[in-house]
Amino acid sequence: MTTSPTADVTTSDSPGVSGAEIRLDRVTKRYPNTSAPAVEEFTMTIPAGKIVVFVGPSGCGKTTTMRMINRMVEPTSGTITIGGEDALHIDPDRLRRTIGYAIQQAGLFPHFTVAQNIAVVPGLLKWDKKRITARVEEMMDLVGLDPGTFADRLPRQLSGGQQQRVGVARALAADPPVLLMDEPFGAVDPITRGNLQDELLRLQSDLGKTIVFVTHDFDEAVKLGDKIAVLGDRSSIQQYDTPDAILANPANDTVAGFVGAGASLKQLTLMRVRDVQYSSDEVLTVTEDEHPATVADRMTKAGRTYALVVDARGRPLRWVHVRELAGRSSLQQAGKPVGDSVSTQSTLQDALEAILTEGGRAVVTGSRGEVVGTIDITTVTDVIAGVREEHGVGEAG
Amino acid sequence: MTAVVELPGVSKTSAVERRPSVTSRSERFRLFFQPIAVVVIVAAVVIWALTSDLNANERETLNLPTIMSLLGQHIVITIVVSLLVVAIAVPLGIALTRPALKWLAPVFLAIANIGQAAPALGVIVLFFLWSGIEGLWAVAIPLVFYTLLPVLRNTMVGIQQVDRSLIDAGRGIGMSAGGVLMRVELPLAVPLILAGLRTALVLAVGTATLAFFVNGGGLGELIDTGYKLQLNSVMYVGAVLAIGLALLVDWLGGIAERWLAPKGAE
Repeated sequence: MTTSPTADVTTSDSPGVSGAEIRLDRVTKRYPNTSAPAVEEFTMTIPAGKIVVFVGPSGCGKTTTMRMINRMVEPTSGTITIGGEDALHIDPDRLRRTIGYAIQQAGLFPHFTVAQNIAVVPGLLKWDKKRITARVEEMMDLVGLDPGTFADRLPRQLSGGQQQRVGVARALAADPPVLLMDEPFGAVDPITRGNLQDELLRLQSDLGKTIVFVTHDFDEAVKLGDKIAVLGDRSSIQQYDTPDAILANPANDTVAGFVGAGASLKQLTLMRVRDVQYSSDEVLTVTEDEHPATVADRMTKAGRTYALVVDARGRPLRWVHVRELAGRSSLQQAGKPVGDSVSTQSTLQDALEAILTEGGRAVVTGSRGEVVGTIDITTVTDVIAGVREEHGVGEAG
Repeated sequence: MTAVVELPGVSKTSAVERRPSVTSRSERFRLFFQPIAVVVIVAAVVIWALTSDLNANERETLNLPTIMSLLGQHIVITIVVSLLVVAIAVPLGIALTRPALKWLAPVFLAIANIGQAAPALGVIVLFFLWSGIEGLWAVAIPLVFYTLLPVLRNTMVGIQQVDRSLIDAGRGIGMSAGGVLMRVELPLAVPLILAGLRTALVLAVGTATLAFFVNGGGLGELIDTGYKLQLNSVMYVGAVLAIGLALLVDWLGGIAERWLAPKGAE
């Protein structure tokens, strides 16, 4: 990588970030014989090591904007710098070898094996054979494809999801600081798509690349983006903010239209139970071998009508009402089984689901499944209200 | 033949393993039996002719050295024509698919179309009258003109039908335009180019029988002699050899298509 133009660029100081900052300054693309420019005066800073998602309707210029970063589309005017280096004054082919590029349907060469496809960019950079072989294996491991099984296969022998993984591996093979992804998961089924998204997030948490991701799917943008840029006609920036802020307070009707119905519900997918104040002391836990009379006594003292029966390792079993205890000799079989519980890792959306099925309150469990508290509907509504206030919904009216 | 330039959306990467179709099975059958049948029939006719009672006139032409020399001339004409066609049509086809030269494509396709539409004999005779040369080149050059179209057109279509997203991907990861051409576009066009060459070869073998008109030799001479002197056996041998050679060349083309096509390409 020492010969590559962006090898010695300034990268962010925080550990695990290998990405470079991208700055676009009044970038315009005007095609000949058209009155309106395709992209007009686009100015944006894409922070190093973050995923920025361009989202907008078809034909709004989001792909054109992204393709100007690696000069697949040559800007008519404006400047683009990557890690402080002027991208418009580097030979385009050399520039592109330092920018990962993944597109819809992967764009794998059908007559190259998986390994040959991944090896293209290292080969262009004249790495020696041994290093390329090692790198290809490393990349295949990284995207979860066993090199022994898949290295010599042809793309058409892979499923859509596997092809997409190879596409990502090829884009990352030369360890570029910047990765451009143009609807890379657009052509796969929803389940595979979800898996690929999860995997991209996992990769990104290790790699810390600067990723520009284009999609027309707002939910995908919310899931993947550190920041989202909602783009309108001629790639005009309608709003450029965190998913949180955009969901809580869409800047205008265009953004609101794109966010669509259920913004608050989408917001719940962004937060996890561990991030909110669930109650950790309100629930009275009792073990199965305690005597019902003792339990009833404790409940009366604490002023509780319900207690949670847990097993020897503290995992939730049943809710028991104080009235059910009278005349019982044991807690075995007493009460209503706990149906749905949530872990501290769960999203608030999952928590809400559990709260609704459990009738107003769901058990929160820790990493080993032990009871750590409960969460109820007011916690969730308070959180939503808090977020909206934080992003100035009240002031904006 | 019309000039088909655009084949929309032919190649899409697909995860489905392609099953051998009925046509490819019949093709395999043909690749196996065609050469055997040709060799058996040609050998039978030649042996019959050489061993039957021949008069003095027949013996003049129907002897192994004469037949072999005429066959040799015929093959040389075919090889020269095909080499020239590949050397001209493939680079020309590539050039005419480059953005800068695309506008010239209709012009060259029209010229090649005229070349093929015109009767081969007419082209050969006109070229002879115009240039005054005789022999191998007098027949090879007009035949190149005559057989250029299939290779030229298939080279262009073969390159144009390469999925645009592959070219986009290639350029996007930093391959030069030439790199994409050599490593992606051309290899994926090879099957169609070879199919065109196969057609051109068969045309060349067939029309090379006209070489005797301009003193170019070849198997046409056997047919001509047989006709003029009313020696049916001589005509038989000439005709059967010409047909057999055409079928063998077609077979070789089929083999080349099978073995030279890149794996994984459609």
